[in-house]
Amino acid sequence: MNTRATLSLAMRALLRNRSRSLLTMLGVIIGVAAVIVTVAIGVGARTSVQQQIASLGSNLLIVQPGSVTTSGARTGYGGASTLTPADGLAVATLPGVAAVSPTVTAREQIVAGTQNWQTTIDGVAPTYTFVRSWPLASGTFFSEQDVASAAKVAVLGQTVVQNLYPDGSSPIGSSILIDGVPFTVVGTLAPLGQSGMGQDQDDTVLVPYTSAMERLTGQTTVSALDVSASSAASVDTVQTEITSLLEQRHRIVAPQPDDFQVRNLQDVAAAASSTGAIMEFLLAGVAAVSLIVGGIGIMNIMLVSVTERTREIGLRMALGARAKTILRQFLTEAVMLSTVGGTIGVCVGIVGTLLVSLLAKWSTVIPISGVIAAVLFSALVGIFFGYYPARKASLLSPIEALRFE
Amino acid sequence: MRPVVDVRGVTKIYDLDGQSIRALDGIDLTIDPGEFVAVMGPSGSGKSTFMHIVGMLDRPTAGTYSLEGTDVSQLDGDARADIRSRRLGFVFQAYNLLARTSAIENVELPMVYAGVPAADRRRIALEKLEEVGVAQLKDHLPNQMSGGQQQRVAIARSLVNDPGLILADEPTGALDSKAAESVMRLFRDLNEQRGITIMLVTHEPDVAAHAKRVVTFRDGHILSDATQDRKAA
Ligand SMILES: Nc1ncnc2c1ncn2[C@@H]1O[C@H](COP(=O)(O)OP(=O)(O)OP(=O)(O)O)[C@@H](O)[C@H]1O
Ligand SMILES: [Mg+2]
Repeated sequence: MNTRATLSLAMRALLRNRSRSLLTMLGVIIGVAAVIVTVAIGVGARTSVQQQIASLGSNLLIVQPGSVTTSGARTGYGGASTLTPADGLAVATLPGVAAVSPTVTAREQIVAGTQNWQTTIDGVAPTYTFVRSWPLASGTFFSEQDVASAAKVAVLGQTVVQNLYPDGSSPIGSSILIDGVPFTVVGTLAPLGQSGMGQDQDDTVLVPYTSAMERLTGQTTVSALDVSASSAASVDTVQTEITSLLEQRHRIVAPQPDDFQVRNLQDVAAAASSTGAIMEFLLAGVAAVSLIVGGIGIMNIMLVSVTERTREIGLRMALGARAKTILRQFLTEAVMLSTVGGTIGVCVGIVGTLLVSLLAKWSTVIPISGVIAAVLFSALVGIFFGYYPARKASLLSPIEALRFE
Repeated sequence: MRPVVDVRGVTKIYDLDGQSIRALDGIDLTIDPGEFVAVMGPSGSGKSTFMHIVGMLDRPTAGTYSLEGTDVSQLDGDARADIRSRRLGFVFQAYNLLARTSAIENVELPMVYAGVPAADRRRIALEKLEEVGVAQLKDHLPNQMSGGQQQRVAIARSLVNDPGLILADEPTGALDSKAAESVMRLFRDLNEQRGITIMLVTHEPDVAAHAKRVVTFRDGHILSDATQDRKAA
């Protein structure tokens, strides 16, 4: 008997019991859909974190102030006020360092005409666009001179532009009030979108760090130093050099803890992707378990089916079916149930994934390899869990099967 | 002339809870091509057991069996399945059509197992349904047909692979006398006009009256074996 005849026999047998076939497939459908959705979310999250980190530039190092202890309570990193613009200038002279931009952060209410908006003000150096590889959308960036004179100039992120200039007019040359101080807008930043942690990176205003210190925070320290190493290969050396330079400048000796911390974005990227991979693995494991449960459902129904259809099997044997033909028919039925279920599951999974990215606004990626693996795995589930019932059916003797009550 | 069935010393012993039941005890029987044999006898006399052995659904405990000149006693399962498929046709008391499957698909089933191409299957199945007079019911499901109609479909199914022997175990047992009579006329036509060899088990003398030869069983032995004049057609 050829393959086509086997397939058509199996299909007719399944169609004779439509609702039962559908219910049997349900386990596999849910299992495969769960695999697809979880993998899509996992891969999507990992990809977006990686893109995020790549967009920051893999050569980036961030120096943050360390924690301070006040009456026994320690703040987290960044709590201490130990980093100064002078530290930044010193770091910039190190070999292997391409550029340094200090960052001074404040949160302020800003006003433009009749509109107002609260946002993050980042005091930075002109090297910032290079260090963060963040191009301008329009206008110019402020210069070293603006930094030297603590000029009242600002560059706006796109979210700020949209909120302060809802009519679409160009902000270049207009005046905004930051904490009551008038600043002139000289440029706007290209849109960057959400960060890996879901923050809107475009919701920011950049001003010279000197202007931020003098006119907004009133402090002489900075919140961080963004350092760009000249190449990805030199990142590790630069990291040690910055550490020893700052230890020297801050007069820190061996047993004392550093009052700053140098973070390497490559490490952050690796950590992020490895936690992502672990999550994905766990989720896929849970989904695979549900697929196996679906397989057991198929075996259960196939066993019931073999018992229930014993007389039918006897009849088929009386009409000339070989044992192997019976085995193949029942195995084909099981595999058909599981692969059709798997395929429907893939469709449900894709729809579910689209819904997740639409409703929860999570980025998702459906890997083709995952889809193929899910369908193949469900076929394997069918073979594995269908074999025992099929073999049981094929071992029946024709007369015993025919006389079965 | 080479006999269709040649059974020598066939014995069947069932083992039931350590007690052995001698269902058949040394049966010798020869059936020639074109014969129409009725098998009669009281309940439990071994008629069905004998049918199953002749139909190669079961094996004898002892004895030999030649079908169309070939010794089939020692064949393995696959070879037996192939002979059932190509040389034997079965008709059962309970019709045994596949449920929720149309008449024509039921008739096609033995051809699927015999490897007949799909296009030929349709044509042959329709031919046989016409021959037994139920072509108009080809798309009906078993539960949409009367018992007599279902038995005709079952007879059409037994004919599709041009069997050398048709075995029928109480084919009229579930039918009223009118339907039984018409099914028996069909068997008789197949035997007289097509020369098909038929062996049929029955309890009813009216049914047996259509056969040319009546073999009577009792306690696993053949009590009598006699040719008779057929009931007028
Ligand atoms: N599978 C079996 N296991 C044990 N004993 C069996 C089995 N099948 C048949 N028998 C016994 O073999 C004997 C013959 O049974 P068989 O079915 O051949 O009778 P029968 O002539 O067809 O009767 P009926 O006219 O009632 O159909 C009976 O005594 C029966 O109990
Ligand atoms: Mg019987």
